[in-house]
Amino acid sequence: MNVNQSAPPVPPFGQPQPIYPGYHQSSYGGQPGTTAPPTPYGTYNGPVPGYQQTLPQGVSRAPPSSGAPPVSTAQSPCGQAAYGQFGQGDVQNGPSSTVQMQRLPGSQPFGSPLAPVVSQPAVLQPYGPPPTSAQVTAQLAGMQISGAMAPAPPPSGLGYGPPTSLASASGSFPNSGPYGAYPQGQAPSLSQAQSHPGVQPPQRSAPPLASSFTPPASGGPRMPSMTGPLLPGQGFGGPPVSQPNHVSSPPPQALPPGPQMTGTPGPPPPMHSSQQPGYQLQQNGSFGPTRGPQPNFGSPYPGAPTFGSQPGPPQPLPPKRLDPDAIPSPIQVIEDDRNNRGSEPFVTGVRGQVPPLVTTNFLVKDQGNASPRYIRCTSYNIPCTSDMAKQAQVPLAAVIKPLARLPPEEASPYVVDHGESGPLRCNRCKAYMCPFMQFIEGGRRFQCCFCSCINDVPPQYFQHLDHTGKRVDAYDRPELSLGSYEFLATVDYCKNNKFPSPPAFIFMIDVSYNAIRTGLVRLLCEELKSLLDYLPREGGAEESAIRVGFVTYNKVLHFYNVKSSLAQPQMMVVSDVADMFVPLLDGFLVNVNESRAVITSLLDQIPEMFADTRETETVFAPVIQAGMEALKAAECAGKLFLFHTSLPIAEAPGKLKNRDDRKLINTDKEKTLFQPQTGAYQTLAKECVAQGCCVDLFLFPNQYVDVATLSVVPQLTGGSVYKYACFQVENDQERFLSDLRRDVQKVVGFDAVMRVRTSTGIRAVDFFGAFYMSNTTDVELAGLDGDKTVTVEFKHDDRLNEESGALLQCALLYTSCAGQRRLRIHNLALNCCTLLADLYRNCETDTLINYMAKFAYRGVLNSPVKTVRDTLITQCAQILACYRKNCASPSSAGQLILPECMKLLPVYLNCVLKSDVLQPGAEVTTDDRAYVRQLVTSMDVAETNVFFYPRLLPLTKSPIESTTEPPAIRASEERLSNGDIYLLENGLNLFLWVGASVQQGVVQSLFNVPSFSQITSGLSVLPVLDNPLSKKVRGLIDNLRAQRSRYMKLIVVKQEDKLEMLFKHFLVEDKSLSGGASYVDFLCHMHKEIRQLLS
Amino acid sequence: MATYLEFIQQNEERDGVRFSWNVWPSSRLEATRMVVPLACLLTPLKERPDLPPVQYEPVLCSRPTCKAVLNPLCQVDYRAKLWACNFCFQRNQFPPAYAGISEVNQPAELMPQFSTIEYVIQRGAQSPLIFLYVVDTCLEEDDLQALKESLQMSLSLLPPDALVGLITFGRMVQVHELSCEGISKSYVFRGTKDLTAKQIQDMLGLSKPAMPVQQARPAQPQEHPFVSSRFLQPIQKIDMNLTDLLGELQRDPWPVTQGKRPLRSTGVALSIAVGLLEGTFPNTGARIMLFTGGPPTQGPGMVVGDELKIPIRSWHDIEKDNARFMKKATKHYEMLANRTAANGHCIDIYACALDQTGLLEMKCCTNLTGGHMVMGDSFNTSLFKQTFQRIFSKDFNGDFRMAFGATLEVKTSRELKIAGAIGPCVSLNVKGPCVSENELGVGGTSQWKICGLDPTSTLGIYFEVVNQHNAPIPQGGRGAIQFVTQYQHSSTQKRIRVTTIARNWADAQSQLRHIEAAFDQEAAAVLMARLGVFRAESEEGPDVLRWLDRQLIRLCQKFGQYNKEDPISFRLSDSFSLYPQFMFHLRRSPFLQVFNNSPDESSYYRHHFARQDLTQSLIMIQPILYSYSFHGPPEPVLLDSSSILADRILLMDTFFQIVIYLGETIAQWQKARYQDMPEYENFKHLLQAPLDDAQEILQARFPMPRYINTEHGGSQARFLLSKVNPSQTHNNLYAWGQETGAPILTDDVSLQVFMDHLKKLAVSSAC
Repeated sequence: MNVNQSAPPVPPFGQPQPIYPGYHQSSYGGQPGTTAPPTPYGTYNGPVPGYQQTLPQGVSRAPPSSGAPPVSTAQSPCGQAAYGQFGQGDVQNGPSSTVQMQRLPGSQPFGSPLAPVVSQPAVLQPYGPPPTSAQVTAQLAGMQISGAMAPAPPPSGLGYGPPTSLASASGSFPNSGPYGAYPQGQAPSLSQAQSHPGVQPPQRSAPPLASSFTPPASGGPRMPSMTGPLLPGQGFGGPPVSQPNHVSSPPPQALPPGPQMTGTPGPPPPMHSSQQPGYQLQQNGSFGPTRGPQPNFGSPYPGAPTFGSQPGPPQPLPPKRLDPDAIPSPIQVIEDDRNNRGSEPFVTGVRGQVPPLVTTNFLVKDQGNASPRYIRCTSYNIPCTSDMAKQAQVPLAAVIKPLARLPPEEASPYVVDHGESGPLRCNRCKAYMCPFMQFIEGGRRFQCCFCSCINDVPPQYFQHLDHTGKRVDAYDRPELSLGSYEFLATVDYCKNNKFPSPPAFIFMIDVSYNAIRTGLVRLLCEELKSLLDYLPREGGAEESAIRVGFVTYNKVLHFYNVKSSLAQPQMMVVSDVADMFVPLLDGFLVNVNESRAVITSLLDQIPEMFADTRETETVFAPVIQAGMEALKAAECAGKLFLFHTSLPIAEAPGKLKNRDDRKLINTDKEKTLFQPQTGAYQTLAKECVAQGCCVDLFLFPNQYVDVATLSVVPQLTGGSVYKYACFQVENDQERFLSDLRRDVQKVVGFDAVMRVRTSTGIRAVDFFGAFYMSNTTDVELAGLDGDKTVTVEFKHDDRLNEESGALLQCALLYTSCAGQRRLRIHNLALNCCTLLADLYRNCETDTLINYMAKFAYRGVLNSPVKTVRDTLITQCAQILACYRKNCASPSSAGQLILPECMKLLPVYLNCVLKSDVLQPGAEVTTDDRAYVRQLVTSMDVAETNVFFYPRLLPLTKSPIESTTEPPAIRASEERLSNGDIYLLENGLNLFLWVGASVQQGVVQSLFNVPSFSQITSGLSVLPVLDNPLSKKVRGLIDNLRAQRSRYMKLIVVKQEDKLEMLFKHFLVEDKSLSGGASYVDFLCHMHKEIRQLLS
Repeated sequence: MATYLEFIQQNEERDGVRFSWNVWPSSRLEATRMVVPLACLLTPLKERPDLPPVQYEPVLCSRPTCKAVLNPLCQVDYRAKLWACNFCFQRNQFPPAYAGISEVNQPAELMPQFSTIEYVIQRGAQSPLIFLYVVDTCLEEDDLQALKESLQMSLSLLPPDALVGLITFGRMVQVHELSCEGISKSYVFRGTKDLTAKQIQDMLGLSKPAMPVQQARPAQPQEHPFVSSRFLQPIQKIDMNLTDLLGELQRDPWPVTQGKRPLRSTGVALSIAVGLLEGTFPNTGARIMLFTGGPPTQGPGMVVGDELKIPIRSWHDIEKDNARFMKKATKHYEMLANRTAANGHCIDIYACALDQTGLLEMKCCTNLTGGHMVMGDSFNTSLFKQTFQRIFSKDFNGDFRMAFGATLEVKTSRELKIAGAIGPCVSLNVKGPCVSENELGVGGTSQWKICGLDPTSTLGIYFEVVNQHNAPIPQGGRGAIQFVTQYQHSSTQKRIRVTTIARNWADAQSQLRHIEAAFDQEAAAVLMARLGVFRAESEEGPDVLRWLDRQLIRLCQKFGQYNKEDPISFRLSDSFSLYPQFMFHLRRSPFLQVFNNSPDESSYYRHHFARQDLTQSLIMIQPILYSYSFHGPPEPVLLDSSSILADRILLMDTFFQIVIYLGETIAQWQKARYQDMPEYENFKHLLQAPLDDAQEILQARFPMPRYINTEHGGSQARFLLSKVNPSQTHNNLYAWGQETGAPILTDDVSLQVFMDHLKKLAVSSAC
């Protein structure tokens, strides 16, 4: 319905729709015929080709293949195939096509799935390994497409159209049917069996053969073709065929899987094209892994044997390890999504659409729902009842980044000014006017879409309705046609009923011995002189409205009077740190341009004045208190930039002691390391929030500084913490200055309150992020910048309605950097479902991980880390078990079946479990853990994604000429070849790994030294050399840095060097030194858990 | 009697001592019957141009409990080189340096004319004088400007090696660092928070105990980078800096909204000043000079809230117990004063404002430390400017007329005990055999600390005769008292001044005449007045008056000659004749009467009354009135309304005010400008004469009196009218005839009525 409604915006939507439709038609279109999955398959085949064509790359590259990619291109394709099942692989392989078909069937199966689901599941298992997955995926693809696309699609049908029918059908949920199909994964089996049986069967048969698996056991083989695993389902089908491809390279065994994969792949391709969503849905899970898994499991876990039982044969194999290539590969998934969805704009008109992955570059067209850059959900299809939700255990959460920065191509939200009457709101629930509000009675009234209250339309806002019941001016008004927009707030929305003054920045600099010695103070003062010219400005303003103030401190505070009329700055020392206050009123906060001479003089003098200091003790809480009091005195909001070096041990409020104790790790008391030492900081933070005082903390510790406690205030005030351990000007200058510049210049909203309203049935119940809450609904943020994210969890408090879906409205009231009070509104409509399969098909694993990581990281405050880890594993197992039980087609218990959308859940979850916070290595300090914990709390989905699963880019594999970023490979040591150079980044760190046998020429052109042995280990800057490789690498590094909100310091690591330990820590698919499981091991473990749940 | 008058005057000249009784009744019983206690007014540093200090140390009695100083009254055995202490009778060896002593070769301290002698102690370090300015910035612009100029001027008057410091306060308190280049630094304190000395020192970074002040001081202070040096710097070094700093002083920048008083943190500012000196220069001569232009309105020591609509406490409020801040504030300042005194520093208060500034609460700061209290209307008046300048006046030797950290020790022969002292001092709580259990004034000790004193500072010291009636003192026996004052001279030398006096004992029953003749009624009046004022600080006014009256009546009963129940027959001998009149005026004085005075004014008057010497005190009790006329040279006239005549010019000196009053006719003549006519030059001279005389008084007096030039019917004439004895009032106007003076509109009783009553009561057997 929504869709239809939204349709009006035709133009925008139109485009997208067409696309989809196209797809549908071409691909699914025919087949889907709606119900009959089989046909669709057929179509697929058709489409497949199409895809191939369309996606030449895909073809070559294994478009789909996320998996294998690393190894060989060939493999990769396989992988893709696997996932996608898709077609690519298929395409390539003649057979694959068939396979695809099969998969498609799989999708169909879903259709059936509804009911079938259950049954189907079996399928998966069966194929488990092989075909199913493939099918499933395929189907899924179809399904999803149908689901999502359906609406629009009908019309156009690009290639994918698959679902046209679906579309239509789907529109109605027929999906169920179709979806059911999705369940495909499972269904597939059936369907396949049924429909494609012919084809698949064989495949499957093969696969089914547990043996096949076993062969796959060859698992090993599959492994190779990661895809294999994914595909498993598919694989089965295609295995043989595809195998050739994938497998080919990998071990022979692999081949088999490959084929399967391929088989599956076949279908996938289509998916890619249009249906990415579908993919997700697909249960790649079934992946080959299953097969593999079993074996693997066998090996790792005792359980394995059991599994083995089924795979009898496999067991034998098991002894060998599970083929890493056979399990779902993040790289493959990312790559697929990129290929499939990166090229078309994401149009937000349709309710419940799953957006492309965060790793995909795509444009967004706002047609009534907020861009995924602002809001991402764990699932775009919410179970209608809480029972369902409980059963699935899939957390319902939205990751909201209200002030997200947009790419230049996308327009920032329109500002709507309703004059003195202010924004129009529902009288009852106070929701703001939005596109979902229903105008009735000829436009004289409107019904609130959140609470159903009928409100009068004020006369000045009245407008006639057209024949569809829409206001005639709907498209002239952003609040009636867009998902995101801003209102100018009236004075009622301001503190004390006074329009706010422009905010202020206060720089508070530690001038104790340590800060002076390291040269920090001098560096900082020098930088500030120029940086002050770049304070954030609003729009086209000539000069920033922000005023600045300066404070230095050690165990006392020094305020500076930099009034423009003074010939020299004046210093006022406040040593009453127990009861902080601001000693001056006039001249503390000044306009930079007016007081430039005095400020410059001050910044020149600060390093000199304290050059001989012997003071090593510092205070901390009083510093924040002072800044806050200063803002209070000036009656404005603002931000404090604190530059701090050491544990505040001077006698003062907030004094801390060194309580670091590594012995506590893995004990019940470990949580105390994350808890603040004293409650003083919470109290202080509360006051800061009340004043709109945001605190950004730059730490330069030489030893333990108790980040857990120091970061409390930044955390609760929406600020950031930056930490530069053992800061040295030579090494860390660039990183610090870059962070500082960015932090000072970035646009910030102050004194903000965020409220998330939902339509009846669900309710925001929990919030994660850097903010403070004084009640259960209002998120208070002293400051909020474009990098800060709030994760909101929803719970049911009533039944939802499939018809009306679920609506979210996030309203953020804030003061802009020019002192203007505004309201930013983001609206998002989600679908609701009565079938679990729909839920699983519309999930987003990255978002899920974002939520789960934040949940877990908060959990360590209250529970032993072990408990937290177990909870995570259990929840994940429950999610997957529920899927297996309710959505997947029947299959042997030994089969691991994962929903397509969540096939990466295990690998990502494992990364979370292995992270420094939850499982620290020996070299990870308590401060590091607290720091990371606090960082993650406000990360958005893209950041958590790369943070937990770092990107590993081979630099010397692709031809130098290629301008595109090299394709990433999986983060495992096995993927590294000692003849190459790799770049690894996780948003915080950047490593350049140099293989021991890299060609001398390469070494020369990158490092300007003749041989590997002469490369300085730990180097942090690459020499600037005028050769293509050097330029390219440096360019790439710059690029990566530009993508991240924090400057990543480069560390050059040589193979076999001692620094390599550090680097290996980030190879997250491997077993970690601190005891973290390897991906394969973990997958097996997860499988075991699921089996336990199921039994 | 002339002999006694001469004797008294001689003694005062030589020793700075005046006793109420110059012959002492020899038993406790008799002494108590004398009504006026045996007491003296001591001016420890009385200027003695004719007394060069000796450059050696005094010789002390070896008995540990005695330690009296060798003096002319001691018996000396020149052969044995022994001397007998005249207080404890201990026989002492002369020290080796006195080996050459003989009847003809006596050290100065044994010569009778050196009953007062001053020793210069060479031992110990000399520390520079310290002046810490504590400046209120909540002033009107021109007031602040004037104050800044005065302060800058004062810098040039200070000795070049003196250390100076600057604290400014308003809403916050700023302690300025004086030695910085490039950027001016100050330490800022919240004006609302009471801090302990330790906290203050910590916050000022003074608590690095590595700064052994005692050891650092000995050598050359300049070379030692005192921790405190940041805040207290030798004037020669930072003269320019400080001048600039003062020049740049701005009014307190915090906004004062309509209807509010500025927030003034006097209490904290003082507390910080005290803490700063305490931590850096304990037991060194230092002056904290507080300049304030209004009442403390916040923090510890606040006297009134910042709401203008709530006025500062009045006597009325205090009587009604309505002064909500008074007790707390007083306690705060008392605590500060005691700490300051313990450290040997003194606090001056220069309060210039039209309204009260809280002197009532702050008075102890000056009273206990011997600091100055100056009250004026504005810093932009000559009253303040000249008074302030006069602080830095120099004596005949070119030394400042100020001394610091004095300890006064009193020793008595065994028939006497010390009951207490009244003056700008605090008890050092030194108990000893000569300390009486009965306290008069600040008692219970034989030593007091006087942190700041000048040549006129005068203490009243009260004694008790303890000799029992049944243990008569042999004829010709003499009682002796020794005053030992150790102090830091303004030249930074340590000095000891020793005054030893002796008086004859007399048996009151047989020799009452002697005793009577040796009565010093002026000293007695002042000493009684001090007792009365001292009581008035803690008791209700009427009670004090009643007590004074009773004492007077008893005195008259004891020493008057009369027939019982016959008032007409009452007579007093010459040595007592003026005493009742002093008492009459004392009763009406602002020291005991608070009517028409604000609490601040009362405190101010009492402050000065308790420290001035006898002459000045008498002027305060009974102002002097001179009359100028064509009939002859100026003559002192009765302080009586009958003296106010139309053809006279009156000059009244009340110590605090100098009033020139033109009689009605004179005023008319002046208006008619006769003085400008050559033929009336004599009139011009007549007009000029009192002006010249007034100028003379103004020159010498500290603090500068308020100078009032008024005429008959002028509003300022009230200053005169309120002082004179109201012999003519609207009640008896017609009974007295027209031409004898000006009627005073008052219900106060006149001296005549007072005397009548006194006589009646004295002769009555009822009481």
